Amino acid sequence: MLEIKNLHVKLEEEDKQILKGVDLTVEAGKVHAIMGPNGSGKSTLAYVLSGRGGYEVTEGSATLEGTDLLDLEPEERAAAGLFLAFQYPVEIPGVGNMTFLRTAVNAQRKARGQEELSATDFLKAIRAKAKDLQIDAEMLKRPVNVGFSGGEKKRNEILQMAMLEPRMCILDETDSGLDVDAMKLVSDGVNALRGEGRGFLVITHYQRLLDHIKPDVVHIMADGRMIKSGGPELALEVEQNGYADILAEVA
Amino acid sequence: MALHERKLTATEARLDRLDLPQGGWSAPARADALKRLQAMGLPTARDEYWKFTRPDTLVAPEVPPAGTLENDEGPMFGARDRLKIVFVDGVFNAEASDDLSLEGVTVERLADVASHDIHWARDVYGTLEARGQTPVERPFAALNTAFATDGVLIHVTGTPSKPIGLVYAHESETSDAILHHVVKVDAGCEATILENGPAAARFNKCMEIDVAERGKLHLVRAQGRDHERRAVTHVFARLAEASVFKAFTLTVNGVLTRNEAVVEFTGDDALAHIAGACVGDGDFHHDDTVFVTHDAVGCESRQVFKKVLRNGATGVFQGKILVKQGAQQTDGYQISQALLLDGDSQFLAKPELEIYADDVACSHGSTSGAIDEDSLFYLRARGVPESEATDMLTLAFLAEALEEIDDDTLAEELRVRLEAWLSRRR
Repeated sequence: MLEIKNLHVKLEEEDKQILKGVDLTVEAGKVHAIMGPNGSGKSTLAYVLSGRGGYEVTEGSATLEGTDLLDLEPEERAAAGLFLAFQYPVEIPGVGNMTFLRTAVNAQRKARGQEELSATDFLKAIRAKAKDLQIDAEMLKRPVNVGFSGGEKKRNEILQMAMLEPRMCILDETDSGLDVDAMKLVSDGVNALRGEGRGFLVITHYQRLLDHIKPDVVHIMADGRMIKSGGPELALEVEQNGYADILAEVA
Repeated sequence: MALHERKLTATEARLDRLDLPQGGWSAPARADALKRLQAMGLPTARDEYWKFTRPDTLVAPEVPPAGTLENDEGPMFGARDRLKIVFVDGVFNAEASDDLSLEGVTVERLADVASHDIHWARDVYGTLEARGQTPVERPFAALNTAFATDGVLIHVTGTPSKPIGLVYAHESETSDAILHHVVKVDAGCEATILENGPAAARFNKCMEIDVAERGKLHLVRAQGRDHERRAVTHVFARLAEASVFKAFTLTVNGVLTRNEAVVEFTGDDALAHIAGACVGDGDFHHDDTVFVTHDAVGCESRQVFKKVLRNGATGVFQGKILVKQGAQQTDGYQISQALLLDGDSQFLAKPELEIYADDVACSHGSTSGAIDEDSLFYLRARGVPESEATDMLTLAFLAEALEEIDDDTLAEELRVRLEAWLSRRR
C-alpha cells in the first residue's frame, strides 16, 4: 500500500536534515504505529507524505499503491487515496463545515473520474456518519473547526476521513488533547474504517491509543529513522521503560 | 498661493463645460454649491484626502473614454420585484422604467419638478451635502449639487412593499453623467433602495438621505463590471432619533471608484452600518472614504470594508469616527481589511478616531495580508484543488462584509456574483 524507501528530507529554508533515511512499508489492511521521542521526525514524515510546503526531499521515494506521491500536489495525493488526520486541525472562519466537506468529496470524485455526489446523497451519508461520531447538525453548519473543542476537532477529522474513504490514513497524534471518552469515540470511528484493505499509519506518543486501535506493527522512530520494529508488545515496552533502553540498544 | 490658483484655473476649465440649471426651488442651493466649489476648487493629488487616489481624470474637462462591457451574467437584482427606475448614461429613461407609483412612497424625477417654485426636497437638496463639507471638503459633491440635472426625489411615507431599484446603464464611451438623488424617510417609515450598473464613462453621483425618527433605510448597491469606467459617489445621511441606516456596496472592476459616505447622527439611539466589499484585478483602484459624526447620545456606527486585490490592484480606505462633545454612550466600530492575492497589489488605509466624549466605546482595526497558508494546505490535503481552495478562502474573507446585509437573499445574490468573478479568473 504505502512504501517509503530511504527517505531523506531537509527543511527548505534552512540546512537542517529532519528525515535521515526512513524505510517503511504499510501493507493493505494493516495498522502500523509509529512512536518516538519528541523531535524524532514523526510529524514531518506525515507532512512530507501529504505534501505540505517547506520541506525538501533530498533522497529516497514514497509511493502509494505504486504511484509516486512526492511528485503530486497535495490535492492529487488526496485524490490518490491518502488522508492525513491533522495533529492541529486548522480553523477556517467563513467556510461552512458542510460546504467544505462536500467540495472536498466531489473534488476527489471528479479527480478520479467518478460522478459527483448529489446534494441529497451527500446529506444522507454525512448525517449517518456524523451520528456515529456524535457530531450534531449544529457542528456541521458551523465554520470549519471554528469554536470547536479539542475533542470536536479530532472527531471532525475522523468524520472527514469517513466521508472521503481514503485508501491510506495517517493519524498524526490524533489522541493529543482527548479525554478518555473522546479517545474511545475517535478510536471507534477509526476501527469502523478498518478492513476493506485500508492501510493505517498511527503516530502517537502513548500506548493508550493503541489499546483502542490495535496495531499490527509498531515502529520506534528516533533522529529521523526507524530504529526498531516489532509487534504490539513494543509499545508496552516503551510505556513501561521509556525510550532510553531502546535508544541505548541500537546505539 | 500659486498652487491654489492653479487649482481654481483647473476648476474653471471643468466648469466651462457645464451649464448651471436656472430657476425653480433648487436654484438657491445650486448657487450656494457653486460658490462653495469655486472657493475650494476641485482636488489635486496634494490634497490630504486625495493623497491615495489621483483625482486628475475626474477633474479633466474631457472624459477619458470608457468602453462598455458585454454583460454575460444577466442584470443584477434582475429576478427581484422592485420599482425599476432606469438611467442610461445619466439620463432617465421612461420606457425602460416602471410607472413611478408605489404605495408608501412618492418618486419624482428631479428634471420634472425642477421648475416648480416649491418642493419638499428643497429642505434637503444641497443641505446635507453642505453640512458634509466640514471639516473635510468634498468638492465633487458640491459640483454635483450645482450641476445635476437628473436624479430622483424619493419620499418614503409608509413601508413600500418592494424595493426602489435604481438601474444605471452605460452605453456611450464618452458619457459624463451627474445624478443627484434625495431620499426622505418619514418618522417610523421604512424602505430599501437597490442600485446597480456602471452608469457612464464618468459618473458623479450624490445621494442625500434624511431619515426621521424611527425611520429605516436600507441601501444595497452593486457597482458594475465595466473596467474603464470612473466613478465618484457620495452618500450623505442625516439620522434622527432611533433611526436606522444600513448601506452595503459591492464593487467589481473599475479603473477608478471613489465612494464617500458621510453620516451624521443628530438624534439619540440611532444606528448606521456602512459596509462594502470590492474585488479588483490589475488596473483597478477603489477608494472608500467614510466619515461618521456622532453628535447625539447612544448611537451605534459600524464600518466594515473588505477588499480583494490582485495583479497590482489598489485599494484605499479612509475612515473616520468623530465623537463630538456630549455624544456619550457612543458605540463606534471600524474594520478595514485587504486580501492581497499577490505581491504587486497594495492597500492604503487611514483609520481615524477623534473623540471628545469620555463615556464611549470606539474601536478600529486595519489589516492586509495574503491567503493563509495553513488553511490553504488543509483544504488541499482534503482534495480541494488549489485554485478552488483559494476562491473558498477569498469568499470566506469577504463573508464578514456580506453579513452586514440584513436580507439573506440579497447577500446570497452578491456572493454568487463574487464567486463568478473569482472563477472567471482561475
